Amino acid sequence: MLEVLDVSGLVTFQDSGRRGWQSYGVPVSGPMDWFAYRAANTLLKNSPDAVAIEIGLGEAVFQAKRDCVLAVTGAGFDVENYVWTFPLWTSFYVRAGWRVHVKKTGRGNWAYLAIAGGFETQSILGSKSAYLRGGLGSAIRAGDVLISREPAVELPKLAARDFPVEKYVKYDQSPVIEVITGPQADRFTKEGLQTFYNGEFTLSKTFDRMGYRLEGNSISHADGADLISEGMTMGSVQVPASGQPIVMMADSPTTGGYPKIANVIRADLPLLAQCEAGVSKIRFQETTVEKAQRKLAALQ
Amino acid sequence: MLKPLGDSALLIQLGDEIDSVINQRVHALNALLQHTNGVLETIPAYCTLLVHYDSLNFSFSQIKSLIQENINQADESIYKTPRRLEIPVRYGGASGTDLETVAVSKGISPADVIRIHSEREYTVYMMGFTPGFPYLGMLDERLSMPRLESPRTLVKAGSVAIAGSQTGIYPLDSPGGWHLIGWTPLKLFDPDNEFPFLFSPGDVVKFIPIEDEHA
Repeated sequence: MLEVLDVSGLVTFQDSGRRGWQSYGVPVSGPMDWFAYRAANTLLKNSPDAVAIEIGLGEAVFQAKRDCVLAVTGAGFDVENYVWTFPLWTSFYVRAGWRVHVKKTGRGNWAYLAIAGGFETQSILGSKSAYLRGGLGSAIRAGDVLISREPAVELPKLAARDFPVEKYVKYDQSPVIEVITGPQADRFTKEGLQTFYNGEFTLSKTFDRMGYRLEGNSISHADGADLISEGMTMGSVQVPASGQPIVMMADSPTTGGYPKIANVIRADLPLLAQCEAGVSKIRFQETTVEKAQRKLAALQ
Repeated sequence: MLKPLGDSALLIQLGDEIDSVINQRVHALNALLQHTNGVLETIPAYCTLLVHYDSLNFSFSQIKSLIQENINQADESIYKTPRRLEIPVRYGGASGTDLETVAVSKGISPADVIRIHSEREYTVYMMGFTPGFPYLGMLDERLSMPRLESPRTLVKAGSVAIAGSQTGIYPLDSPGGWHLIGWTPLKLFDPDNEFPFLFSPGDVVKFIPIEDEHA
């Protein structure tokens, strides 16, 4: 059991996502950085889709109401636990009464705090992920007392475990993000495609869990930016009339009406998710579906 | 016709216009693919079907050929009879603040707008925007209006609205750029329910005008 002492930014419960309702207009939601989320559960031997807390664009301070083991992963944060300070990607024992502060110290946007056993919260449409725009679940606030399930493994055996993240994902504020050419790539001029693949983009300050607006040279359409609405997915890169691309993220609407120039591969979504507004220098590079699937399989 | 959308989804394009026959084919193919190996989830839209597949166990070419078989097998017999729903609507007044504006700009009376809007049947071409929002077509050309130049920040749940060749109903309090002509007391989305949606893609809908109880 954890009591929330203080939060800023966007702090929500997330599990692996809400699937099966997209044809009714319900976004998948789930973590912005799926790799970090899953690793937090792996560290605690939780089920891979156990509920964790996503801490984004701010910080969070908790107090343990009883002994527990926590793990925090992600990019851009350190953990203060009682008298210690240490980096992410590790699990740690917390005694009743101790304070745990997930503190912004570096580059990145999202941290995942998991608890041995997983958090317990209301399931809506088969998922415990908060989707705030749609009124599903709610943000975590100061004063909330967060309940966890009984872990299957004895607590001491779960503490002080490290996750070798650098073997899998190299978080970087100047990443080359791999994409697969989009179904409407032919709706852009040759120059427009060159701008996308050769240009450098940064994340706009107006971003959220729904989508990442990028800023860079304007990408030119061949014949306008209107598209009859069709399905899209996390990673879809839509280009509206402004020519500034928007990468759809975890709370992406299920359908969209702008041409999709490309789609970020799932293996690289964590890298993009952790890019900071104004600071990051993002480049895109084309790959194939086959290579992308191999890269994804290597992260499993 | 079948193009990848990233490494775990593919887009099936069955046409390139908003058309009832094309949309029927989308829903028919959608029904067929629910039982196809490797298909995790689908998103039917006006003239496309997006298929999310299990990319850890199925390659793009494998899933493509499984889907191709279904497309080839699809014939008239797969068109199932749609569900029909009647939706009570209180037109105008506080429930449909744009009814007068629409009437004036189309040069007809508010009663005409109500009659034209409620006399035909619509199909749920697709759902999206917010959970449970049905995109209904086709709206009579006599009611065709461009979207609002700047969307309202708050449209109340149950509002019946029109834009272009579409009509729809807002399931949640949300921003909205369509013209509000009425309101239904029915709940389109109720997350506390095990099956929380009033509409499903492919349903046929008719609006029934009801009187304002305060009139």
